[in-house]
Amino acid sequence: MASSRPRDLQLNENGRLRHFLTIEGLSRDLLIRILDTAESFAALPGRPVKKVPLLRGRIITNLFFENSTRTRTTFELAAKLLSADVINFNIGTSATSKGETLLDTLRNIEAMHSDMFVVRHAQSGAAHFIAEHASPRVSVINAGDGRHAHPTQAMLDMFTIRKHKGDFTPLRVAIVGDVLHSRVARSQILALNTLGVSEVRVVGPRTLLPSDARSMGVHVFHDLAEGIRDVDVVIMLRLQNERMDGALLPSEHEYFRLYGLTDERLENAKPDAIVMHPGPMNRGIELDSAVADGPRSVILQQVSYGIAVRMAVLSMAMQSQADLEVEA
Amino acid sequence: MTDSTLFMEHEAIVDLIDGMAEMLRKHIADRDLADPVVVGIHTGGAWIAQRLNRLLELAEPAGLLDISFYRDDFTQIGVNPQVRPSQIPFDLDGRNVILVDDVLHTGRTIRAAMNELFDYGRPATITLVSLIERSGRELPIQPDVIGLSPPLGLSDHIKLNGPEPLSLEIVHPPQPNS
Repeated sequence: MASSRPRDLQLNENGRLRHFLTIEGLSRDLLIRILDTAESFAALPGRPVKKVPLLRGRIITNLFFENSTRTRTTFELAAKLLSADVINFNIGTSATSKGETLLDTLRNIEAMHSDMFVVRHAQSGAAHFIAEHASPRVSVINAGDGRHAHPTQAMLDMFTIRKHKGDFTPLRVAIVGDVLHSRVARSQILALNTLGVSEVRVVGPRTLLPSDARSMGVHVFHDLAEGIRDVDVVIMLRLQNERMDGALLPSEHEYFRLYGLTDERLENAKPDAIVMHPGPMNRGIELDSAVADGPRSVILQQVSYGIAVRMAVLSMAMQSQADLEVEA
Repeated sequence: MTDSTLFMEHEAIVDLIDGMAEMLRKHIADRDLADPVVVGIHTGGAWIAQRLNRLLELAEPAGLLDISFYRDDFTQIGVNPQVRPSQIPFDLDGRNVILVDDVLHTGRTIRAAMNELFDYGRPATITLVSLIERSGRELPIQPDVIGLSPPLGLSDHIKLNGPEPLSLEIVHPPQPNS
């Protein structure tokens, strides 16, 4: 039997989001729907009681095979603000064969009646694997798999961009740094192109850009000043030392000298350009502290918006399970 | 095919709301409700709340509740991506709240609205005002002030359009073989 492709797996018969594994194959309308839904959740923190009872009685399990404080915490907070109950599993990546271990873990947690898994794993495709094998009553949200995808991070970045820039279509966006190892960049490029921005650029040394970059619908630059010239948004990526096998870089110092974002270099971008970073950021390697803490940095807003975007994705995926209940 | 009939036009609805404001004024005096605040339920209730707020000449602006996140039928209808954030521009603790909706039917909207109100604070009292009251209650919720209680078929729906002009429309269910 042929295994389902991502686009089939992610949507149910009514075209609703059942799993959120990758931006690939999702329509512009669906991405906009996620952003609009997040917009209504973004207003909640201003209230005395920040929770709403939308997912009361549901159980959401954070299944983290790879460490992440920020992503796990914001997913947990998002679930709790929707009144769901949250279980956290932090399972260190083991050297044992992936398949069986993962399936065993999955069956165990299914037996705990979880309605949704939020999965982070160092292996590309892990969330897909779980979604393919999970029971029909469980939704899977990808919270980052290997070098493949990190769709909720991309959507919170889109949300941040829309908050500051409004319309996507006239925008030029530069993604700077370690694109090769970055699942965030991959998801961002897909989201930006689906939302119809005018231009997506990737900027970095040859060793840190994927060889097939052009086929991803981006313009490639190796010079930072050139690459960010007249852009509306500069997205800095973290140097992912933990994913680098060989010597791709001479040194961090050398990297900063060539690709570190400073106030002076930021002059090349549009005067109202915003600076983003998915975190955790390395000050003095990817960007100067003056930029990170400066007026154009929206890095902390990204974290706050991440909660609203994750609330949107969790509630939309739970809604697709409601379709099952209606049919039953 | 669904068909609908116009039930009431703008001027008549405005007259109804004027009458409701009179009854509400009396209710407030009888019950000795000091410094009341008006809160309307999105969308129709909010339009009526604005008018009542003006007619009662209250100092504070009317609040707005969007109860989408509090509905008990989330599993059936899901999240509407266009939820407007609720706006309660005053402290609700100890206040006399006048809660305004357009159509009181099952009572579930009001239950959800009261749940949300209590997430903002602990009102001293809640007075329920509805332009239309109809049969079909599923919860023990009754209005204090109503505009009109028209006889409707069980499966008929009545709907307020607006805000300018306001109109009330009765939507009839599809007829078999038509």
